[in-house]
Amino acid sequence: MDCEVCHERPATLHLTNFINGKKTEVHVCQHCAQEKGYLETDEETYSIHDLLSGLFNFNSTFTNHQESNTQEATHKVCKHCGISYQQFAKIGKFGCGECYREFSEHLNPIFRRVHSGNTVHRGKIPKRQYVNLQKKRLLDDYRKELQRLIEQEKFEEAAEVRDKIKAIDQETVVEDRNKDGEA
Amino acid sequence: MSLQSFINEAISPWMQEDGPDNDIVMSTRVRLARNFSNVPFPLTANKEKLSVVSNTLKTHFENQSFEQYENLEFFSMEQMQALEKRVLVEKHLISPHLVEKDLESGVLISNNEQVSLMINEEDHIRLQLYFPGLQLDRGLKEAFRFDDWLEEKINYAFEEKRGYLTSCPTNAGTGLRASVMMHLPALTLTRKMSKMIPAINQLGLVVRGMYGEGSEALGNIYQISNQITLGRSEQDIIEDLQSVVEKMIERERFARKMLVEQSALRLEDRIFRSYGTLKYSRIMESKEAATCLSDLRLGIDVGYIDHLSKTILNELMVLTQPGFLQQYAKETLNAQQRDIRRASIIRERLSLEKG
Ligand SMILES: [Zn+2]
Ligand SMILES: [Zn+2]
Repeated sequence: MDCEVCHERPATLHLTNFINGKKTEVHVCQHCAQEKGYLETDEETYSIHDLLSGLFNFNSTFTNHQESNTQEATHKVCKHCGISYQQFAKIGKFGCGECYREFSEHLNPIFRRVHSGNTVHRGKIPKRQYVNLQKKRLLDDYRKELQRLIEQEKFEEAAEVRDKIKAIDQETVVEDRNKDGEA
Repeated sequence: MSLQSFINEAISPWMQEDGPDNDIVMSTRVRLARNFSNVPFPLTANKEKLSVVSNTLKTHFENQSFEQYENLEFFSMEQMQALEKRVLVEKHLISPHLVEKDLESGVLISNNEQVSLMINEEDHIRLQLYFPGLQLDRGLKEAFRFDDWLEEKINYAFEEKRGYLTSCPTNAGTGLRASVMMHLPALTLTRKMSKMIPAINQLGLVVRGMYGEGSEALGNIYQISNQITLGRSEQDIIEDLQSVVEKMIERERFARKMLVEQSALRLEDRIFRSYGTLKYSRIMESKEAATCLSDLRLGIDVGYIDHLSKTILNELMVLTQPGFLQQYAKETLNAQQRDIRRASIIRERLSLEKG
């Protein structure tokens, strides 16, 4: 039997895998098993590789997306850590935080697929480093609430929210600093 | 060393405490992945860069305390013995992935072993907090406070659009992996689990066996965790997990009730056979031990056995792992020797109980 990944070497490993609740048999060579992470013992990496397998395979994943150009993507290298897009695609891991910016135009389809269509963060914000961003998020939330209250003709409550917005607006603005290594 | 004092050392203090729904939920874990800004991730960073991370963490946090998480002790992967590392893996304080690393990698562990902070694993920081029973809300709150405390001294790699930047795209955004460890013997026995797993997967959650490999759930112990980390708030993520876990608890309780009502004698027979096996065996493989321990715990929960403590499953699942068996024996053991040791440690542990 040939390896079902590379179809070059004989399949020497026959692994049972559990993907999305289904029992799947995988027949691969030692080389591809390592590459795909089938031999890693970490339970998290195990499922992650299940999830990502095929995802970074540009030929199939990216040709349909206008936002990425296969040729260009392949040759792009992150100048901060030296990892190429091709390596990133192969390993499924970024080399540094700057990779997110360097490869940014190619990442939306990947994030969409991994995170059920999501591409933008909506959770916690570093408390000390990003005071302004937190303020911005809070203002956004208050403005949405204000809109809702006005639509519901709850004018008294709306006035309270408007006061809160004013209070935040009047606070002095300090730039978020985030580029230093250690605080 | 007596078995009792070995157990006291081997079992983390928080594991011996009571938690909500702990007839079914054994523990809750909240993990946050974080990285330093301006330092490449461990995948590409050299020793010098990695030492910036480990030195910063040691300088500011080694031997420090935060709230009830006292005296963070540092363990270096370069200096630890293989067996010591294995024991930390079996206690879930470090990952198997960290064991393979040595350069500037290590872990900070609090006195009560409720917090472990892995250094230079896949990310610079993997903060993990453990709680007995089902305590996702509390877990998230405490993880956030701990995270804020770390951030007083560290500039995190963060972007407005992608959130906390992590080495693997599957962790980006919140960096949150919340997981709940559940004992589900009745759902497994009645073959309901295999039908439930695909439905749970569809909700963006992952179910896997806690012990054992691949599809096996040794001891009927499952871990349920979130898959999606980007585009949803941490609060929303744990609310989803909470509601699924609550439904599973309900179904497990119902399945237990049905088992007792419909096949009481067969269930009782199964439980007492397992009890006998645990009590009298001389050689025991880990799989058999896990199955029998799960039966025994079920017997305690449904009231067939009333003189044994509930923590016996949690305790013995940990104690009968290869690393612990060897640590207790104070020597390297091959598989057969381990099976003999496993049987004897279980017999000894059961004899500590009254009756
Ligand atoms: Zn191959
Ligand atoms: Zn990079």
